[in-house]
Amino acid sequence: MPHINVDENLPGIRALMAFSPETATPMGELANALLRTNEVLSMAERELIAAHVSYLNDCFYCQQSHGAIAVCYLDGNNDLVEQVKRDYVNADIPDKLKALLAIAGSVQKGGKYVTPEQIEVARKLGATDKEIHDTVLIAAAFCMFNRYVDGLAANTPTDLASYPLRAKQIAEKGYGNHIFSSKQPVPENA
Amino acid sequence: MAYIPLEAHLPGITGLLEYRKDSAAPIRELTQILLRGPSTLTEGERELIATVVSNKNECRFCTAAHTAAANILLGEQETSAKVKEDLLNAPVSEKMKVLLTIASQVQVSGKNVTVAAIRKAKDEGATDIEIHDTVLIAALFCLYNRYVDGLATVTPTDASFYNSLGERLKQHGYNRLPQGYDHLKKQSAE
Repeated sequence: MPHINVDENLPGIRALMAFSPETATPMGELANALLRTNEVLSMAERELIAAHVSYLNDCFYCQQSHGAIAVCYLDGNNDLVEQVKRDYVNADIPDKLKALLAIAGSVQKGGKYVTPEQIEVARKLGATDKEIHDTVLIAAAFCMFNRYVDGLAANTPTDLASYPLRAKQIAEKGYGNHIFSSKQPVPENA
Repeated sequence: MAYIPLEAHLPGITGLLEYRKDSAAPIRELTQILLRGPSTLTEGERELIATVVSNKNECRFCTAAHTAAANILLGEQETSAKVKEDLLNAPVSEKMKVLLTIASQVQVSGKNVTVAAIRKAKDEGATDIEIHDTVLIAALFCLYNRYVDGLATVTPTDASFYNSLGERLKQHGYNRLPQGYDHLKKQSAE
């Protein structure tokens, strides 16, 4: 049960955003700035960083949600997304992305855990300043989003089939207050 | 030296917020709403939440900056020192002690927030909005602290730097200065 009185029909962060629409607006804008651009890093790569950090923070709602959004961008390759979350070192992804995920993993523990050696490795594999910046900020932002969701004990759907439906909304329209103000998606056969 | 090229006259967070302005805008807006917007918590109390979380994350820049802001807003230095060192004996209300305890739990992980702490906060008169804002401020500083340290930004050691920054945070809040930050270049050159 959530720690505060929120709309029980809304899952995860959606209920918190509906509780506080004023703070929801910039949070949606931040998510769009960091996750809805293909500049330097693709939207799929950005969502993989978000899903991996959420996995490390053990935030079930966020790792399932952002994993499902990454799957939308990766032609339904759920196995790859699951592997990046749990064991990216052995996943079939470019070495540069692995180096960026290592940096994101350090940020999840704490900013000081990022080492000059990790930055050096990423640069040698072709990572640019902007890619390193965005990786650190996406990881840091998910240390916020994950704590917001679990710190208020937001409702977490256990039905895994519900995540791809919400993910499709984001893949089509991006982030923003529509995710709590418009009708929640329901399975077609329901 | 920071891992990416940042303006030399803008240490800590300011250089990062100037590096990518389109992601900075919603971060600034969210902070302005949470720390300076209408609230039943005073600006000083909200700066104490930022201070406690930054201190636990061992982010020297953010701790010094928000300690300075809290001291200026509270008109004394004892409270900010005490909440960091010995919260239970700090000269703050019982409600603030519980809210700062919840913020400290969020710093570790969202999952660490206990039902007992939430119940105690409510018993001490904390509203759902105050609990929401406390969790989100604590989560937001988990973003800031990781952003600042994850990219190894410069941490000034001169106390006068933080006093000026604290004054700026009191006068202007978290909005980007309308004139930008070039005037600080002249000051640091003097």
